[in-house]
Amino acid sequence: MKDWRYWLAEQRGTLLAFGIFIVMFAIYSGNHPAGFTANVVQTAANKGVLLAFVAMAQTLVVITAGIDLSVGMIFTLTNCMASWLVIGTGLETAFGVLAVLGTGLICGAVNGAIVIYGRLQPIVATIATGAVFFGLALLLRPVPGGSVKEDLADFLTGRFFGVVPASLVALLVVVLVVWVPFSRSEFGRAAYAAGSSETAAYMSGVPIRRGKFLAYTLAGLLAAIGGLFLTFFTYTGEAAYASGNAYTLFSIAAVVLGGVSLFGGKGSAIGAIFGALAFRTIGDLLFVFDFDPLWQPLFQGVILLIAVSLGAFALFRVRNRLEWFL
Amino acid sequence: MSETTLGGIAGRMPKFLRRADPAVVTAFACIVILLLLGSLYSRSFLSPEYLLQQLKVASFLGVIATGMMLVILLGQIDLSVPWSVATGAMMACAAAAYGSAGVALAIPFGVLCGVAIGLVNGVGVAYLRIPSMIITLATNAVAQGLMVVYTGGFSPQDSATAAMRYLATGFTIPGVPNAVIIWALIGAAMVFVLTRTSFGRAVYGIGNRERAAYLSGIDTRRIVLIAFAVSGGLSAFGGVLLAGYASKAAQSMGDAYLLPSIAAVVLGGTSILGGRGSYLGTVAGVILITLLQSILSVMQMPEAGRQIIYGVVIVAMLLLYGRAPASR
Repeated sequence: MKDWRYWLAEQRGTLLAFGIFIVMFAIYSGNHPAGFTANVVQTAANKGVLLAFVAMAQTLVVITAGIDLSVGMIFTLTNCMASWLVIGTGLETAFGVLAVLGTGLICGAVNGAIVIYGRLQPIVATIATGAVFFGLALLLRPVPGGSVKEDLADFLTGRFFGVVPASLVALLVVVLVVWVPFSRSEFGRAAYAAGSSETAAYMSGVPIRRGKFLAYTLAGLLAAIGGLFLTFFTYTGEAAYASGNAYTLFSIAAVVLGGVSLFGGKGSAIGAIFGALAFRTIGDLLFVFDFDPLWQPLFQGVILLIAVSLGAFALFRVRNRLEWFL
Repeated sequence: MSETTLGGIAGRMPKFLRRADPAVVTAFACIVILLLLGSLYSRSFLSPEYLLQQLKVASFLGVIATGMMLVILLGQIDLSVPWSVATGAMMACAAAAYGSAGVALAIPFGVLCGVAIGLVNGVGVAYLRIPSMIITLATNAVAQGLMVVYTGGFSPQDSATAAMRYLATGFTIPGVPNAVIIWALIGAAMVFVLTRTSFGRAVYGIGNRERAAYLSGIDTRRIVLIAFAVSGGLSAFGGVLLAGYASKAAQSMGDAYLLPSIAAVVLGGTSILGGRGSYLGTVAGVILITLLQSILSVMQMPEAGRQIIYGVVIVAMLLLYGRAPASR
């Protein structure tokens, strides 16, 4: 196969997610009463970026053929933490940000240690750690409240040069600083290899344990960045069970829309980001068409159902029936 | 925790214990330890009234976990439990508003709605080969959407029928709550199906290796479809019972049952990868989780502490006996 065709085949999921997002966003902004303005883009970006961070976190774990059902709770916990710590003088704020990100890293590392060194199934292990993280969040914020350094928050949720949404730039920076080095490193390759075939990777001497551990740890960090941004948008911390759970579930949906295989070893965080942005845009489509907001959950659900069923078309290409069963 | 020490201990035990699954034994041992710890705090933890009350509360989770176990044995998972429970409860209460025929059909109607959700899951997993984690997530979202549209976003005003209340809170045999009898009946039926029917054999077979089961002539897709339909129906029936217990349905009544039902099945020694596990273990897991929740709330532990302890206990117990073999 020629190089570009190989590249295309590898990036098909990502490109598809990008296409869906562009179409959805065109419909969205085309029908928005204000039209395609910097303001509309900024609002959409701020909403989408939160899910994008959590979806990136989920991607890292899903690539290793695992699943992290605690990302939403790490997101909630770090939100509550940021509402205490990211305040005060410049130095205090910087310390607060570092502490919040560090907490995310620790949460991710705990997940990784339990799954990899404790050899528990990721589904059950992260359900349990998710309960712990939520409990900690409740300890920090029994009632919603707190505050955040407003200059920093406004800077990171505003616009650069009046056009470019700052949150999108932040997302790009995170991709460049976290995802790109990881996916190109030895450990990133190990994470992919472990997801593709753990036994084969182990036999070939790939450092799968360290690769997977790093994936879980960085997932915690990314979820914490999401939690930090949530605080910047809302100015408060809230230990909301429903919202944390929703972010976990939506992150899985975004990952699937973004062409990342839940069986592991396939896909990229870039795809998941577009999956997340597309998912958010779809959810907001109803508002521009003036539907009753009551219909939003149903609409989102049906779209999700259709999106995941589309993958079933691949079945028609299967010649040997045994390939139905993975 | 190595296999050899467990085996060594088991070798010196009486025969009936040697045959038992170490996970099930550990789970029951933990129940006893929990009760003893609780009795240090208050004598009433060992009173028959308290234990019976706990069994009654456990039976709701037990009914739901029965369906979850069937699906987990296949190596799948059903994340649509929260809104299957709520849909069952709401639809049963809604049917009750339509005259005497509605009252009579309330319970079957609620359960049928759950079966419908389960059928969608089953078709997605078995015939469209969508990973169960995604399709059940999607049907959960759709069920939630339908219920939000139906109720207008508030808890519905319809209340449970007398029959539902009787099933959940009444006493047919003096001293034994009906809910416990129902759980026992469903459990007995499940044990029979799993151990004495070809359907049960097929479930374990598919959980071990679907390809092999298919090649042995089992219509694996039909089995998976039926299992998901049963799981949906049992979730909805659990919702019907809960609605009878609280005498009405509520928006997020099912949320508190997803994680406990998975945890109960897994703590009972059923492998989350499928193909291995016994119903006795699930019973132990359900009672264990219910007791843990109850003791923590009696000790007036705040919600935050309860969540933390809950999570830590699950991880600790799984580390004790739920670990996968090391890769070599």
